[in-house]
Amino acid sequence: MQSNTNTASPSAAAAEAQLKYTLQLADDALIIGHRLSEWCGHGPILEQDIALTNTALDHLGRARSLYQYAAELFNKLPSEAKNNFFTSIPMQQLIASGNNIGEDNLASLRDGWDYRNALLLEQPNTDWAYTIARSFFYDAFNYLSFKCLSDSPDAVIAAIAAKSLKEATYHLRWSKEWVIRLGDGTEESHMRMQKAVDDLWMYTGELLAPEKTARQNGVDGSALRQPWLDIITEVFSEANIAMPAGTWMQEGGRDGRHTEHLGYILAELQFMQRAYPGMQW
Amino acid sequence: MTVHSFQEHFDSLIDNDIAIEPKDWMPDDYRKTLIRQISQHAHSEIIGMLPEGNWITRAPSLRRKAVLLAKVQDEAGHGLYLYSAAETLGVSRDELYDQLHTGKAKYSSIFNYPTLTWADMGAIGWLVDGAAIMNQVPLCRTSYGPYARAMVRVCKEESFHQRQGFEIMLTLAKGTEVQKKMAQDAFNRWWWPSLMMFGPPDAESPHTEQSVRWRIKRLTNDELRQKFIDVTVEQAKVLGLDVPDKDLKWNEERGHYDFGAINWEEFKNVVKGNGPCNKQRLDTRRKAWEEGQWVRDAAQAHARKRKEKMAKAA
Repeated sequence: MQSNTNTASPSAAAAEAQLKYTLQLADDALIIGHRLSEWCGHGPILEQDIALTNTALDHLGRARSLYQYAAELFNKLPSEAKNNFFTSIPMQQLIASGNNIGEDNLASLRDGWDYRNALLLEQPNTDWAYTIARSFFYDAFNYLSFKCLSDSPDAVIAAIAAKSLKEATYHLRWSKEWVIRLGDGTEESHMRMQKAVDDLWMYTGELLAPEKTARQNGVDGSALRQPWLDIITEVFSEANIAMPAGTWMQEGGRDGRHTEHLGYILAELQFMQRAYPGMQW
Repeated sequence: MTVHSFQEHFDSLIDNDIAIEPKDWMPDDYRKTLIRQISQHAHSEIIGMLPEGNWITRAPSLRRKAVLLAKVQDEAGHGLYLYSAAETLGVSRDELYDQLHTGKAKYSSIFNYPTLTWADMGAIGWLVDGAAIMNQVPLCRTSYGPYARAMVRVCKEESFHQRQGFEIMLTLAKGTEVQKKMAQDAFNRWWWPSLMMFGPPDAESPHTEQSVRWRIKRLTNDELRQKFIDVTVEQAKVLGLDVPDKDLKWNEERGHYDFGAINWEEFKNVVKGNGPCNKQRLDTRRKAWEEGQWVRDAAQAHARKRKEKMAKAA
């Protein structure tokens, strides 16, 4: 299937595209995992602190599997393709040294413009309602897309997706219940839930934006749009939450154009590897 | 039975190493002492999440991040079972939180020290969890059943954490110069506070005697401290780190290490609230609690609505 001899060959281009898509899935997982992990020790209810940390661990675990796979795909690329793939100086130095890269290099040495996560996932926790809304939109997307990805022709992606589908099913149940609880709780919780949904809505379009490599892996964004909306509307109706009126959607995450928040996430996430380069921890 | 015979029955259970269970009669002082001890322990777990939580977003590798996150989550779990054990003595979790937030209840002073570098994650696991295990293992056989059972679980997880901490230290100690420096610096800062974790010397410990009699405590502060020092000094040798105590010396006659004077002034001050992070830790917990109020209210309101709906439907 794969030829490593010619960077211009269609299969080399396909390998690069598959690598980018794998990174996109990994970045989504890492960034939401990072945000959720910020709650650890600060949750409103001890049991929910534990539940949210569990979810963060699921995302982080998936990020690791995907980065490991991305590293494997990258290390197989022809050297010319490798040299041009990432723009950060430490990453270029590492690649120029001829070493293979690993999961931590991908997480810690890429600059923001090489991160491909959806903008939604880097949005700050703000409060419990924002955290829930962000997770709910993403969990519904994951639940649908992992179902499709479980049949990806790429066996590694399919295996990771199959495992993740079980987790996403649970995550969606959890975030769904909280949308309902807050939407149909007190006046204050209703107001906060509605505001969170309204404010984050403009970041949801990007999740289902049709994309060629996603489609080759079985995820057809335009076909998933309706099932995704069905989940959202059903839960909103039970939660007495109005569908947001806004139709303008922000995008750019998939191309490395992020909101201001990602830079701060990376400043913390990458600090150790950048400050103490090349060490074992 | 008269109160007198209740007391006799209780004493005979204690003397025969039989567990006291929530429905058994128990002296008021026993109940109070247990509530104080178990809740202090629970609070320590919850406050203890903060210094380590401080490094979750900055962990140096994804593997370390996952391990640290899971560890801090375990602490939340320990808090949960300990609060539940305390609840069997007739006090609610909310009351206990209130005692913590108003500064009425104490928690382990060690968590009032800051975590300044990644090596602190190693030092806390190795020393703080190590000291905690020494304190806690005897409690797996403590007289109060629910507490003893909670402690069995807690200790299993703590010993896992201690090994993880030691492994972080070992990696640093075998690493580059700057990593070694980081490890030594963390050791210097955490060594003495860890020795203070065993509490004041026996001669000044107000609760020890009665607590040993009730098997709430099974070894004295000084016995546990000595045991910890003897074990830990050997581990420091494996790491190649210097114990920050110029008076530390093996005493052939005693079969123990002699060690330098502990700065009890510092200890008293940290207990009183003057530690480097006392205010910060409590403020963080209070903030989490206050900002979570509307969430808890919403959950209750929704549960009530759901119940009413179901009642109507039935």
